[in-house]
Amino acid sequence: MNEFFILLLGTALVNNVVLVQFLGLCPFMGVSSKIDSAIGMGLATMFVLTLATAASWLIEHYILLPLEVEFLRILSFILVIAGVVQFTEMCIRSLSPTLYQNLGIFLPLITTNCAVLGVALLNTQQNNSFLQSVLYGVGASLGFLLVLVIFAGLRERQALASTSKLFAGPPIAFITAGLLSMAFLGFSGLPLQ
Amino acid sequence: MISSILILTLIGMVLGLMLSAVNYFLPYKEDPQIAQITELLPGTQCGQCGYAGCGQAAAALINGKAPLTLCPPGGPSMARQLSEALGRPLEQQQPASPVLPSLAKVVSELCIGCTKCIQECPTDAIVGAPKQLHVVLNEACNGCGACVDACPTEGILLAEMQLNLSNWRWSKPPRPNPFRIPLAEMDGAQ
Repeated sequence: MNEFFILLLGTALVNNVVLVQFLGLCPFMGVSSKIDSAIGMGLATMFVLTLATAASWLIEHYILLPLEVEFLRILSFILVIAGVVQFTEMCIRSLSPTLYQNLGIFLPLITTNCAVLGVALLNTQQNNSFLQSVLYGVGASLGFLLVLVIFAGLRERQALASTSKLFAGPPIAFITAGLLSMAFLGFSGLPLQ
Repeated sequence: MISSILILTLIGMVLGLMLSAVNYFLPYKEDPQIAQITELLPGTQCGQCGYAGCGQAAAALINGKAPLTLCPPGGPSMARQLSEALGRPLEQQQPASPVLPSLAKVVSELCIGCTKCIQECPTDAIVGAPKQLHVVLNEACNGCGACVDACPTEGILLAEMQLNLSNWRWSKPPRPNPFRIPLAEMDGAQ
């Protein structure tokens, strides 16, 4: 139990997928102007990431390894991720059309979110068990959601603050992202072992 | 090589089957009224109405957030069709009383005589000298508001022109309303 908690905390905070490993920066900058859509995007990515890690573990261990076709790993993982994203899109479209409109183009772009593929590949690299892989996926997506919501909150406040003309808009957002990343590096001091 | 092609095809087929099953169990139901209005609109997604596309414009029309005359490419006939489809009457959009233009006005207690507004004014309608109270010439001011943004003390504002003998004019004769053309005449012209 303790080991799983450490894994979850470690992936969500210490090895945060966005701010420490720098994966999935596209939605991090793109969908972080409003907290509502950031939460929607974070939850959608969470759903996709967890399902995709589970599916890719199954494919890795029941198709690729027994048939000795490991060179198909990236190709088949991307196929699975695209399928899961399409599945998520269909679910969101019929369950919440408003969220579907808010997310817009960024929903199909979860396919190209390198965090999703990155986590699946890191799982095979570290030889994680099925439960560990799923937990790794949940932790990474929790970290993604957390960072996205924090950053959206910061940007909402920045939009109201008086910023000098030179820095207004994206420049100050990038600087904030850098500072946030430095702050998250502080988690590497957590005594997790 | 054949085996790898087969494996990928198999994965793809299984995923495709799953997706079509999802599509069967969670069908996407579009609002029939939105679909009907979207059908009426030109469908070129030009965005001239200010919405992202015709679908969003149709939703705004149904919610009553957008006027019936929102579609410039559709023109008057589109407005009339929309009014029929939505059961909303087309109002005449003529103000009851002529609106007088707003002109700049210096608040004498706040003016510090910095001449910043003079430099911004495109029609040279503000007179004044450094550290002297500025004055707006109503005859030259066109009410663009550039001076309001330039003033550091918020000492200049736009106020509605006061009607007096020197600026009163006869109102223009009423023009025929373009939305009043009878439907039969429009159909005959096409």
